[in-house]
Amino acid sequence: MVEKVRVRATLNGEPVDFLVAPYVSLLDTLREELGLTGTKEGCNDGNCGACTVNLDGRIVDSCCVLGAEIDGSTVETIEGMAEPGRLHPLQQSFLEEAALQCGICTPGFLVSAKALLDKEPNPSEERIRFWLAGNLCRCTGYDKIVKAVQKVANSA
Amino acid sequence: MHPFEYVRATSIDEAVATLAKHGERARPFAGGTDALVMARAGRWELDALVDVKHIPETNVLDLGSGEFRLGAAVPCYRVYEDAKVSAAFPGLVDSATIIGGIQIQSRAGLGGNLCNASPSGDGICSLIVHNTTCVIAGPNGTREVASEDFCTGPGQSVIGDGEFLVEMKMPTPQKGFGAAYQRFTPRNEMDIAVAGVASSVQLDGDTIMSARVALSAVGPTPILSSAGDSLAGKEATAENISVAAQIASGNASPISDMRGTAEQRTHLVGVLARRTLERAVERARENN
Repeated sequence: MVEKVRVRATLNGEPVDFLVAPYVSLLDTLREELGLTGTKEGCNDGNCGACTVNLDGRIVDSCCVLGAEIDGSTVETIEGMAEPGRLHPLQQSFLEEAALQCGICTPGFLVSAKALLDKEPNPSEERIRFWLAGNLCRCTGYDKIVKAVQKVANSA
Repeated sequence: MHPFEYVRATSIDEAVATLAKHGERARPFAGGTDALVMARAGRWELDALVDVKHIPETNVLDLGSGEFRLGAAVPCYRVYEDAKVSAAFPGLVDSATIIGGIQIQSRAGLGGNLCNASPSGDGICSLIVHNTTCVIAGPNGTREVASEDFCTGPGQSVIGDGEFLVEMKMPTPQKGFGAAYQRFTPRNEMDIAVAGVASSVQLDGDTIMSARVALSAVGPTPILSSAGDSLAGKEATAENISVAAQIASGNASPISDMRGTAEQRTHLVGVLARRTLERAVERARENN
């Protein structure tokens, strides 16, 4: 029997302190241990980006991180994106541009796109497409997503 | 998945002791983009995963005048976001920017790409053409292995029980050195090479003093081709490069699979060898 380990981290700006089995991914830790089901499971092997979260300032696939690894780290998920009662401009733009259909990939796209715009407020279309290459969408054909990101970039 | 322990090692000795204790039932990992997938898929049955990225030596990114030290756990982004390193090593940047997408590059590094020992690993051939030496720690101390001897088969390497890759060392490029890596994939990014080639040249004027050409995805391991040696002492002309590219093509021993036929891969190696040699020569001339 492998014992659970204690993890203390900062999650969406709040301190968290929890126990998790050492072999459980950060994705499952968020969803099952911490009740944050906004982060989605797609492929579960680092290809699709549905589980993208921001770990210490960089986007990662949370399926390829252990929950135990985030001890001492800062994690931001889709739940931390909107202000109370007010969507993040990217979320608003995704709605207005119909940049989603089934919605499974959307939290990952939003977390990825936010990381890009926080770093580079005015990326080119090519830069947006390459940055989002690690996020797969089977509904939209990507154009609407890229346009939604461009709209926020241009209004910045 | 077999439940395993997570051990965050903070020193080389601690990592070696934990790995040695569990033998083949423990593995080192850094970015986790291969290791966690392998563990979850049941390809590895583990008692412990040893996190080596909190060890100071595995995080080294030190560009000296004669030698560049690259820690085994340094993620791809640190290579291409470091202004001095990316200026000195455009050939390594060619690889670091195409290993997975941004999410993968946040965690995965050239060291892990090497240890994963995939025949199609996009970083391995670049390490080989930069004359990289691998520093491996184990129960009997540290040993050094040339990067071209590191992989021994698909997913197999010289790393034994209790051992792990600590860092890689390569000569800092001097005047007249250039390198490049290119692969062929059906889409631009997030894909696995059908074939890939890395090349490096050391020029003196228009003469190639030495060259290295390494091939990926066309054999059970990355292959150091004899095309590089064939160029030593020759002028960097289109004709000589074209002859070398044919030699590289002859060194490929690909299989046919879902990604491409053996015939296509052999042809691609010739094309990519010519293009990367030309690019390496161009960079070498810029670096004068």
